[in-house]
Amino acid sequence: MSAAYWRRAMNTGASAARPVPTVPPADRAAATVVAPQPYAESDAPRWLQYLWRTLAPRHVFVGLGLLVVPFVATPFLLFQVVAQSLVLGLIALSLSFLAGYGGMVSLAQMTVAGIAGYAMAVLGTSSSAEISLGWSLWIAVPFAIAIAVVCATLIGWLSVRTEGIYTIMITLAIGVAFYYLVLQNYTLFNGFQGLRELKPPAAFGLVWRDPVPFYFMSLMWALAGYFLVRYIVRSPFGIALQGIRDNPRRMAALGFHVVAHRVAAYALAGLLAAVGGILLAWYNALMTPGSVGTGWMINILVIAVLGGVKHPIGAFLGALVFVLLQTFAIDVIDRERFNLVIGGVFLAIVLFSPDGLLGLWAKLRSRFGPNQTLTQPARRQP
Amino acid sequence: MTRKQWLAWLLIGGPIAVFSIWALVDNPRLYVITLLNGLTLASLYFIVASGFTLVFGLMRNVNLAHGSLYLLGGYVAYVVSTSTGWWILAVAAGFAAAALAGLLIQVVILRHMQGQDLRQTMVTIGLSIVIADVLLWIFTGQVHQMESPAWLQGPIRDIPLIRAYSAYRLSLLGFGIGVGVFLWWLLARTRVGTMIRAGVDDRAMLAAAGVNVNLVFAITFALGAGLAGFGGVIGAVELSMVPGEDIRLLLASLIVVIVGGMGSVVGAALGAVILGLAETYGLAYAPTYSVVFTFVILILVLAFRPRGIMGRPA
Repeated sequence: MSAAYWRRAMNTGASAARPVPTVPPADRAAATVVAPQPYAESDAPRWLQYLWRTLAPRHVFVGLGLLVVPFVATPFLLFQVVAQSLVLGLIALSLSFLAGYGGMVSLAQMTVAGIAGYAMAVLGTSSSAEISLGWSLWIAVPFAIAIAVVCATLIGWLSVRTEGIYTIMITLAIGVAFYYLVLQNYTLFNGFQGLRELKPPAAFGLVWRDPVPFYFMSLMWALAGYFLVRYIVRSPFGIALQGIRDNPRRMAALGFHVVAHRVAAYALAGLLAAVGGILLAWYNALMTPGSVGTGWMINILVIAVLGGVKHPIGAFLGALVFVLLQTFAIDVIDRERFNLVIGGVFLAIVLFSPDGLLGLWAKLRSRFGPNQTLTQPARRQP
Repeated sequence: MTRKQWLAWLLIGGPIAVFSIWALVDNPRLYVITLLNGLTLASLYFIVASGFTLVFGLMRNVNLAHGSLYLLGGYVAYVVSTSTGWWILAVAAGFAAAALAGLLIQVVILRHMQGQDLRQTMVTIGLSIVIADVLLWIFTGQVHQMESPAWLQGPIRDIPLIRAYSAYRLSLLGFGIGVGVFLWWLLARTRVGTMIRAGVDDRAMLAAAGVNVNLVFAITFALGAGLAGFGGVIGAVELSMVPGEDIRLLLASLIVVIVGGMGSVVGAALGAVILGLAETYGLAYAPTYSVVFTFVILILVLAFRPRGIMGRPA
């Protein structure tokens, strides 16, 4: 049987393959088990067929919810809760990509986001006219992202020289060092005061810091980041990265360049974090040392672990829970004790459900629902 | 010594020697005072980081709550010292409180996740958030400063060249050396020390030899935490107790053990001296960029000796 014939048989599906008498029995069996698909025989475009195969009711629900939210939620809720979760989720996504698929827990992702924010503030416009260079944001933002990605690559190169548990310490040290640098340096980072009045660019006659436009802007970038990660982990690079996570020596023996893959993962995560950092700078409208301090570095880890690092959606889920706790914990207890609540929740998650909320969800599903899990079975920690 | 080593010594030692000669000619008093400041700061770093490295060496457990234990020791000592007025009692209480807290963390939580490095580290991060917030709750954000004991108050006068220097500050050097000698004696001359060293080399073999490894772990963790608390007590006088100090000391411990090499007490001493000197000379001669020096040292060490100066493969 020629290759061309085989391809045609596969493409046209079961109905075309069956009546041909020359198909050997084994091939006939293989051809007939292909499930009949709606649209398979129609002339529907391939993307529609793809959508039909992959979309589940939960995707439609989430999509509709994201579209409806800006028109039903109050501006406070939309800006402070939903948009902030999307932005923080994007930064946490970079960590959860590194940790979940690369096996490297880096605490410096907030630092990379901060570098992007500071670079934009220094290159673009801010209230400190003597520091900011006043470039147009259309030039400043790409430059800021590029600088952050270069820094992320350097951080990655430095930290992949060490393994596992050392990585967390070295990235923590790098992050805190950057915090002290911006705190003590007045010529470039304006020290404790930081850089203020950072505005998104004006385009299409909209004020992009208003709740609804800002929501859609962050939604767009969050979705882009989410689908980028979904795409990358299925690409040859992503598969190799997961192989390196599970067994670096074997992958090295197979001829993969372990260090290069890891550094590339850092660079990609740096890109995600940099975009998130720019959005966060616009959200807060300022960059201060506090926004790259240890508190926020650890908060990003808390968000990623809270949601679960086995699937990219976990970062956004964790961010939503984190922001809800942050916003509404005041009503339940003293505002000052927020850290106690978030620390306690984090401890509980790490102690009782190492896969985060997604792991909890998967556990509940396997107990009550049909036998299909959202995450892969638990992997032993190296 | 090979030619490569000569080159390394020349590249590192050369600039330092040139700087030292310039600084000694330019302003000898500043240079010597900075040297003393650096060495005394290094002793504090050594005391805190030696506990960290001890725990890591034996249990492969990065205890990121180490800074919180430092702060806990300092606050407990402050309370004891202000209520009783006995400095020695305060030191004992600070050490005991931190050691007890460390023991609890090890026995109640960490023992149940033996071998899961990443999870243990995350738990200690959670603990450090909680402990820091509880301490902030009790002691508020105000600056607390402990009185130094009467026999160490005031400066020592009539020292040639630098004229006067704080007696307490100088005593830090003694404390650091004392702790170093104690650790050497403990590790090299006692039975527990032998077990700890054996555990660092091969945990499974130690258990097979009939030693109660869990007990050794508990003792080491308590000792490491206690050293953090002891550092907190003597740091409470010289520096001050505010929320945020825990992170500073945690960072210092991290850098000291990364530079010196994980699990090696000698490495911790070496790393502490390097970090202490770099920080104080940086502050004295280039205030805006003092952090950068620390960072450059970290990068250089990682680039050429990824496991630290005295580090061995894990």
